[in-house]
Amino acid sequence: MQGGGGGSESGSMSTVSREDNMVMSSEDSSCPDESELELGLGLSLGGFKMHQVSRGGHYARILTAKDFPSVISASSSPSSSSSSSSSSSSSSSSSSSSSSSSSLRRANVTAGTKRNADSVAAANSSSQVVGWPPIRAYRMNSMVNQAKNQATEGFNSTMENHKSETSTVEKGTTGISSYQNSGNAKLRKSLFVKVNMDGIPIGRKVDMNAHESYEKLAKTLEDMFLKTTPNVNPAGLRALKLGMMNKLTRSSKLLDGSSDFVLTYEDKEGDWMLVGDVPWKVFLSSVKRLRIMRTSEATGLAPRLHERNCQRQRSKHI
Amino acid sequence: MPRRLASSLSDEVLEHVFSFIQSDKDRNVVSAVCKSWYEIERWCRRKIFVGNCYAVSPKMVIRRFPQVRSIELKGKPHFADFNLVPDGWGGYVLQWITEMAGAYPWLDEIRLKRMVVTDESLELIAKSFKDFKVLVLASCEGFSTDGLAAIAASCKNLRELDLRESEVDDSSVHWLSHFPETYTSMVSLNISCLGSGEVSFSALERLVSRCPNLRSLKLNRAVPLDKTANILRLAPQLVEFSTCTYSAELRSDVFSNLAGAFSNCKELRSLSGFWDVVPDYLPAIYSVCSRLTSLNLSYATIQSPDLIKLASHCPSLQHLLVLDYTEDSGLEALASNSKDLQELRVFPSDPFDAEPNASLTEQGLVAVSLGCPKLQSVLYFCRRMSNAALVTIAQNRPNLTRFRLCIIEPKTADYLTGEPFGVGFGAIVEHCKDLIRLSLSGLLTDCVFEYIGKYAKKLEMLSVAFAGDSDLGLHHVLSGCESLRKLEIRDCPFGDKALLTNAAKLETMRSLWMSSCSVSFEACKLLSQKMPRLNVEVIDERGPPDSRPENYTVDKLYIYRSVAGPRFDMPPFVWTKDEDLALRLSP
Repeated sequence: MQGGGGGSESGSMSTVSREDNMVMSSEDSSCPDESELELGLGLSLGGFKMHQVSRGGHYARILTAKDFPSVISASSSPSSSSSSSSSSSSSSSSSSSSSSSSSLRRANVTAGTKRNADSVAAANSSSQVVGWPPIRAYRMNSMVNQAKNQATEGFNSTMENHKSETSTVEKGTTGISSYQNSGNAKLRKSLFVKVNMDGIPIGRKVDMNAHESYEKLAKTLEDMFLKTTPNVNPAGLRALKLGMMNKLTRSSKLLDGSSDFVLTYEDKEGDWMLVGDVPWKVFLSSVKRLRIMRTSEATGLAPRLHERNCQRQRSKHI
Repeated sequence: MPRRLASSLSDEVLEHVFSFIQSDKDRNVVSAVCKSWYEIERWCRRKIFVGNCYAVSPKMVIRRFPQVRSIELKGKPHFADFNLVPDGWGGYVLQWITEMAGAYPWLDEIRLKRMVVTDESLELIAKSFKDFKVLVLASCEGFSTDGLAAIAASCKNLRELDLRESEVDDSSVHWLSHFPETYTSMVSLNISCLGSGEVSFSALERLVSRCPNLRSLKLNRAVPLDKTANILRLAPQLVEFSTCTYSAELRSDVFSNLAGAFSNCKELRSLSGFWDVVPDYLPAIYSVCSRLTSLNLSYATIQSPDLIKLASHCPSLQHLLVLDYTEDSGLEALASNSKDLQELRVFPSDPFDAEPNASLTEQGLVAVSLGCPKLQSVLYFCRRMSNAALVTIAQNRPNLTRFRLCIIEPKTADYLTGEPFGVGFGAIVEHCKDLIRLSLSGLLTDCVFEYIGKYAKKLEMLSVAFAGDSDLGLHHVLSGCESLRKLEIRDCPFGDKALLTNAAKLETMRSLWMSSCSVSFEACKLLSQKMPRLNVEVIDERGPPDSRPENYTVDKLYIYRSVAGPRFDMPPFVWTKDEDLALRLSP
């Protein structure tokens, strides 16, 4: 409900000088609570009941193609750059958090409390700014789909017929290719695909472009889906009662060492393939969505997938 | 005196008087006059708007307003549109639907924005509300065509089904066929977000042909051109229409069929869609152009000359959405042709390329500001800007109410002077006294925030990115902007001091979003402790924030006022202070 207009916070600016950043609070007489707050900050450090959460615990790895004995070797070379990003769309695991937090501490030390895209960019070779420029995901997806359609159908249509039509298509495609290749170092186009895990009703989305290799992707997915039980905060426990997180904990219990999961993806042609067979870039251009499948369901699948891949590799030149 | 007056009028008379008062603000004022007015008003309020679904609980709404017919709920914060809110954060509507199913059997309108809607929720709506009329799901997700089938099959009096920009899973159910043959009430249908497999043409045609009151039809891209003409001929009374895919080659028979179909549509005022449009087909719509008030070409990759030609046929345009292919020349033509223009949105065709691929600069916007006296609402993506241009715009268009500028590269300076944009945006807020929404971009110091705090007294929503030097910037805004309701900030060096100093202000606002700023978890805990009616949510997928060093800054922060207390559906990556842990766990 919209409440009525409330009173505004008092804070006269006329007493505050522009240059004096940190002195602002003590000079501004209309903020009486400031000192009280500062005192509170110091005293109350130990006074909160924080849910003690420990990371770690048992979790299963997600198997990819290279875990299966196969004719085709998975060519996924780990990238050299570190994985810390300025947004949480690709979450880093606890083992790599030490590196990301140290780069952030470095950034904090060097730039005061400034933590912006520039300092993160300095820390990594591939800087990632998610959600900028602020274009709705709906529009981005539409434009990418449009680009793909024009790229494939446009060339297949009768281009030799109409002059203006071909010039439109050509102009369109040059625009498209630069749209799909993110040339800019700072701004990167996101490629979000849905990920579902067997047994969990709520799917997630992962930004494929935030990962440079299969290893990174697998790590992110493991963090997202398999490490959740130890982190459940008490409010989340209440959510368990609502049944939303129920399946999640059940699955995690099943995972304690014994049963493993397999990572599969649906490609442009609608086939479900085992992740890891093709070079990473090829994978990026063909993946439509991901599914973390129970190995028991996938064992029937894998040999056939490999067979089909063998045939494809022989007939196609990648 | 008021008390005597209040008691002298009977309840029935008051209720009748109140029925003319529609706006929420006025209704809230009415309910505050005295106890008896509060009571009368709450029994006769029919429409509820909840701007943040976690600000109040469904039980509380039902308790106060027992006879609601129409509800509007918003879930995720605005930055969820740009993928800044991780999946699973929240915004589930099921609890609301469940409670309302029991309490409001006569509920006939549900409008949701940025919420997670499951098939279960849709099925519950379908079977709980006998006279259900309006379902709007804007930027929602979590449901499939199964849920839509349930709605189609059960809601005999459905007038409006609008799925704008939602994500719908394809369950391969021909849901459109679930509308019974006896169903004829559709007035507005928006299925433009659906994928190719999800709409059966024959079912669609049958539906359109038996709904004589159909006024607004927005189809999805998969409906081909020849089908478009058929559908238009079945519904010449349409006021709003979204076209579908134009095929790649021009065929004269298809063209003339289409042109003929459009010429029948005398009531058509709004056109959108235009996916993959080939310019040679555009003349098919010329017959309706002179009456068009709204045109959305923002998915059409047509170039400037064709756009100029098209615009010259549309003198009555009030709303135009377009890509930067229109270029400055296109906007100049628009400025001279469309004197009724109220709203302009220019989107980038290629936002990730450092080099501009279309000749669109600040000049286009200046031209429109100078030429269109009724211009009120602007959303403009461009690659360069100058303070001089902003000052010109501000001085010529003091009637601007919404000004959203996105200079694509963060921290870009004034291309003429190399200066930051304090002066330019300062002019905007100083001259445009009725400005209610502002989005900043480009190189910005604390200076711009001082202007905003000083002048933007009617500002309700402010979006800030990659701007400011210190906490002072945030302090200016929080202490100066009296009407501020929503503030969203990313990648700015704003931290604890400004937040804690202005803690009380936050309770007068709907919400504050800060991501990649400099707020510590300690400050969040402190704020949460001091302000029990604020929910302070730290969204951090990297792990528990309190296990990190003290000066570690949180990844994302979402603060909103609430009378419902902390929510119970928080995912593991949302962290709050947890004082009454024991209380919450008790059944």
